Amino acid sequence: MRSSIDIGNLSVAYDRGQFIVLDDISLTVPEGTVCAVIGPSGCGKSTLLRVVAGLQKPTAGNVLIGGNPVNPKKQKIGFVPQNYGLLPWRTVKENILLGCRIRKEMEADTMERLAVMMEQLGIQGLEDRYPRELSGGQQQRVGLARSFLLRTDVLLMDEPFSALDAITREDMQEVFLGLWQKHAVTTMLVTHYVEEALYLGQKIVLMSANPGRIAQVLENPLFGSSEKRQQPEFFAMGRRIRNLIKEMGGNA
Amino acid sequence: MKRSIFLSYLAGALAIFLVWWGISAVVALPMIPSPWVVAAKLVNIFAKSIAIHAAYSLWRIAAGLVLAVVVGFPLGMVMGYFPKADRYLAPLVYLTYPVPKIALLPIFMLLAGVGETSKIIMIFLIIVFQVVIAVRDGIRAIPKETYFPLYSLGASFVQVFAEVLWPASLPKFITAVRVAMATAISVLFFTETFGTQYGMGYFIMDAWLRVNYLDMYAGIVCLSFIGLLLFGVIDLVEHFACRWQKR
Repeated sequence: MRSSIDIGNLSVAYDRGQFIVLDDISLTVPEGTVCAVIGPSGCGKSTLLRVVAGLQKPTAGNVLIGGNPVNPKKQKIGFVPQNYGLLPWRTVKENILLGCRIRKEMEADTMERLAVMMEQLGIQGLEDRYPRELSGGQQQRVGLARSFLLRTDVLLMDEPFSALDAITREDMQEVFLGLWQKHAVTTMLVTHYVEEALYLGQKIVLMSANPGRIAQVLENPLFGSSEKRQQPEFFAMGRRIRNLIKEMGGNA
Repeated sequence: MKRSIFLSYLAGALAIFLVWWGISAVVALPMIPSPWVVAAKLVNIFAKSIAIHAAYSLWRIAAGLVLAVVVGFPLGMVMGYFPKADRYLAPLVYLTYPVPKIALLPIFMLLAGVGETSKIIMIFLIIVFQVVIAVRDGIRAIPKETYFPLYSLGASFVQVFAEVLWPASLPKFITAVRVAMATAISVLFFTETFGTQYGMGYFIMDAWLRVNYLDMYAGIVCLSFIGLLLFGVIDLVEHFACRWQKR
């Protein structure tokens, strides 16, 4: 089931309001779209993602997923942390099935779908390997497979491709888009790469730091197009966003 | 692989054997008999007299170990997973951990009798602290991010335990048991010199008092093999339970 994400007047503060991480964030990610959140480090973008995932309570405001307050027991929230969130003591197959295991959704066709998905992701034959035996890109594929196999309502990714080298990163962006186009899961991804936001985000949210606020929301016509990726308009848009971030005193 | 491990143990035993043989030849006193004679003696008397003592010692270690795991594992887990529990329990553990358990033996013997109970309590106390600390630290060392994909799917505590806490703490836990085992055997030896007619400790001390050096050495060699057996079992458990760590 696909669901929209609605964030309303969300604030997060520590030390009884002394230290404000997120200040009055309002944002809607429509059903079946990808929203890229970009901003300088310390702008609270990872915190935002954790609140949306129900991992952290906001100080004020609320998050609705599919119109209901966020609740990890009710909604299926796929969260892929920066380190891919694989359990080192589980094999690739067990790691991919983790989501289905937790939600007790092992159906008759689960194993079949698992095989198809591993084939699509090019990780077939690695079923019984452990994460530490895989390359970064392969680990990332396993992390994605876990979420897409469970068919989560929303997918939240924290700097998903940052730890990868440049070439693998571009491959993985393709892989992600391929999966996303099949399943069209509502996705929020946090990144500090302007090109990544441009390539993967239908909506790009620029955040400023101290305190974390939404500076600007851009609709991105260049989303998901690998041809436009080499075009001047892609670079121009990239430069524009970079300048916007620079004006806010950050770097990306 | 298996073969090379076996060979390295054989080489180790051989080295000890040769050094022992050399010393016995140089010293040439009944106090240090030749290892050949001791080996022959061990083979000769093992089934007749040593086996029953070895069985008693193994039983005491097993009982103490099981008890230490049953108490120590959950305690360490609670302390590692809930920082609040650690704040209250850590002082208790740290205050009691350094107390030399052997010094308490007379008290346990008065309270629990000189029989099996006080000996098993002794083994239990030696192992349990190491288990508690190791499991707690093992769980504390888990990066927060490891839990996120589980929490975001609403995993229950039982699921978090099965998927993360148990496997993450297992290697540290096994190491703790391995480290504690050597101390446990030494302490067992000591406790078995009181209030029992059975156990390797009794057998060795009895042989010593009877000035029967051959029996004594046979007992020591047997004790060493018991240690080897226990370490072997622990390694085997680790091999199968922590496959993901193997290279």
